[in-house]
Amino acid sequence: MSSNEIVLKAQGLYKVFGPKPDAAIKKIQGGAPRDKIGANNTAAVIDASFEVQRGEIFVVMGLSGSGKSTLIRMLNGLWEPTAGTVDILGDTLTGVSARKLRNIRETRVSMVFQQFALLPHRSVLDNVAYGLEIRKMPRAQRIERARKYISMVGLDGWEDKYPKELSGGMQQRVGLARALAADTDVLLMDEAFSALDPLIRREMQEQLIELQSELDKTIIFITHDLNEAMFIGDRIAVMRDGRIVQIGTPEEILTDPANEYVSQFVQDVDRARVLTASAVMQPPAALMQLPGGPRKALRIMREQQTSACFVVDRHRKLLGAVTDREALSLLRRGEESLTDHLSEAAQTTPDTLLAELFIPAVESVLPLAVVDERGRLQGVVPRVVLLAALGGEHEAGVNAQPIPPALAPSVVEDALSADSGPDVKPVSTASTVQPQEEDN
Amino acid sequence: MEDFRIPVGERASEGVDWVVENLGSLFDWLRSVFVGMYESVNWVLSTPPAIVVIITIVVLGLFARGWTFAVASALGLLLIVGMDQWDNAMNTLALVLVAATIAIVLAIPLGIAAAKVRPVSIVVRPVMDFLQTMPAFVYLIPALLLFRVGVAPGIVATIIFAMAPGVRLTELGIRGVDRETVEAGQAFGATPGRILRQIQLPLALPSIMAGINQVIMLSLSMVVIAGLVGAGGLGGDVITSLNRLDTALGVEAGLSVVILAMLLDRFTSAFGERRGLYAALRKGRPAVGNV
Repeated sequence: MSSNEIVLKAQGLYKVFGPKPDAAIKKIQGGAPRDKIGANNTAAVIDASFEVQRGEIFVVMGLSGSGKSTLIRMLNGLWEPTAGTVDILGDTLTGVSARKLRNIRETRVSMVFQQFALLPHRSVLDNVAYGLEIRKMPRAQRIERARKYISMVGLDGWEDKYPKELSGGMQQRVGLARALAADTDVLLMDEAFSALDPLIRREMQEQLIELQSELDKTIIFITHDLNEAMFIGDRIAVMRDGRIVQIGTPEEILTDPANEYVSQFVQDVDRARVLTASAVMQPPAALMQLPGGPRKALRIMREQQTSACFVVDRHRKLLGAVTDREALSLLRRGEESLTDHLSEAAQTTPDTLLAELFIPAVESVLPLAVVDERGRLQGVVPRVVLLAALGGEHEAGVNAQPIPPALAPSVVEDALSADSGPDVKPVSTASTVQPQEEDN
Repeated sequence: MEDFRIPVGERASEGVDWVVENLGSLFDWLRSVFVGMYESVNWVLSTPPAIVVIITIVVLGLFARGWTFAVASALGLLLIVGMDQWDNAMNTLALVLVAATIAIVLAIPLGIAAAKVRPVSIVVRPVMDFLQTMPAFVYLIPALLLFRVGVAPGIVATIIFAMAPGVRLTELGIRGVDRETVEAGQAFGATPGRILRQIQLPLALPSIMAGINQVIMLSLSMVVIAGLVGAGGLGGDVITSLNRLDTALGVEAGLSVVILAMLLDRFTSAFGERRGLYAALRKGRPAVGNV
């Protein structure tokens, strides 16, 4: 989703409010805690460095007072950093003339605001065209462009209304359209959805992701809502007390928190809606590559102690699955080829959220097969892994004891006819339930 | 302590005397400017027959606020004519319009400067306190010395007395504009001038209009006092009635002042609200700033 071009680069950013900011920075660099840097000095942002790639949604997440709003305002020069630099595509924002800075804002970076910040005395159309008007685009041209973006955010027919005639969600769509119409390289979003109702918020988040995949925008998104951060972020920077404490993908933050603070923070996250199949999948235990017949399949299942196995072709493309029962009956009938007798294996894609895997997992006797867009088997997600991932430790799923393998029917029959003892029975009945389930 | 006396008044008096002596020609020029302005406006208001002026005001009222206001202003103006105060009222109106216009022209830029530049605000604030709280009559003394008897000292004293709320409410209005909206202008690369024109002034307009309304109301009250220095109009009659203990004249002149005051107040407060026929003609366009 992102090429490797660095669009925005922040290096060693500090923002200290107060009478002696430079002295305060020296104290911080000398190891002084944030609250001991002089009476009236407030360090809002401390040593923030990160890079954002083209096409990425980079989320800065932190509670109020963590410095995230200050940070985003340094990225377009609304506030001058006390120390450090910001580069957008090679243009340095820090320490440049007001004219140069305005120029960068016109073409490089636009912004969406928490309280929408629309101009109440202008129509939706003129609001959306505002950035273009500043850029001195001729009226006819900018109106046409504004209409296009209004339509893109789904506000057709509202062009001539005024902001206060619109609901909050619609107003923010106008804000979003205004920022998109400016057609800048970077889009800054400051708590853009925080003022909206939860249902509208989710709708806007989905729309943002949709627009992003369509327009390939580079977005820096500020939020205090971890679920929101996890939902929309390609990468997340977690801020605390002015510092960035961890930068990583949502999955990294969730599965490998940098410190106690982050791990406490993420403990309430709905993992099933953050983690994807690729994060928890394992290498398939029982896998048979063609060519090969029922005999080979049975051998593999015996070695791996499973009741079924996936079958792939030479290019690792998933063809289906075969159970031990089927393999055995094919073997008895003397069939040499498996290809016409494969049952369909439940599949999913690497990007599918765990939340969407539960029902397929329940309905499938085999672990869910994770296949890429070319149909190649990437891994499998057994049910135990799903459960372990919800518990916060999907590693536990790897070590979980496998369900005892089903015995071949012949073995069971032999055992039953020989009446070899009561201790075999529970095992066989429990495990033979599985193939029956599949028949449904 | 009996010898302790700071001769503030004496010094001020000497200062005024010095100004009168040395800058006399400047004030003569200013006097002629003010008198000229007053006479032009007064000519416009007083030359046509009363009924023409009344109809004009009623039509304007219809546009600004609607039928009720138009009818009420017609009745009020007819009452002034009926009390034989029409000429006085027009003189007073001319005085108010000239003084208030000059006060507003000075006050709004000063308010903007105070909102944008902190040191200006720090200096302007106590000066405004001084101008607003000094008893109004006191301005008349130096004004009289500098501009001699007539409308000029009345206009000058009125400007000084009435300016403060214009400055204050402009500053307050611009400072009160939503910070994010100003940031939005900055974030899209707007120049400070453009932000002032397209964001700060439009959004501060209700507050600025309230300031203009206050300036006009204060002007009217000061213009009456200016009758003391021979500014004429309704103020002249009020002063005369006081000197003669003439209740009849006092009531008629006073009532005319009240009618003028209400007219001016309703007119100016309507501008910020966009009501009446004007608003109906520009249907759908909401009032600025009431968000």
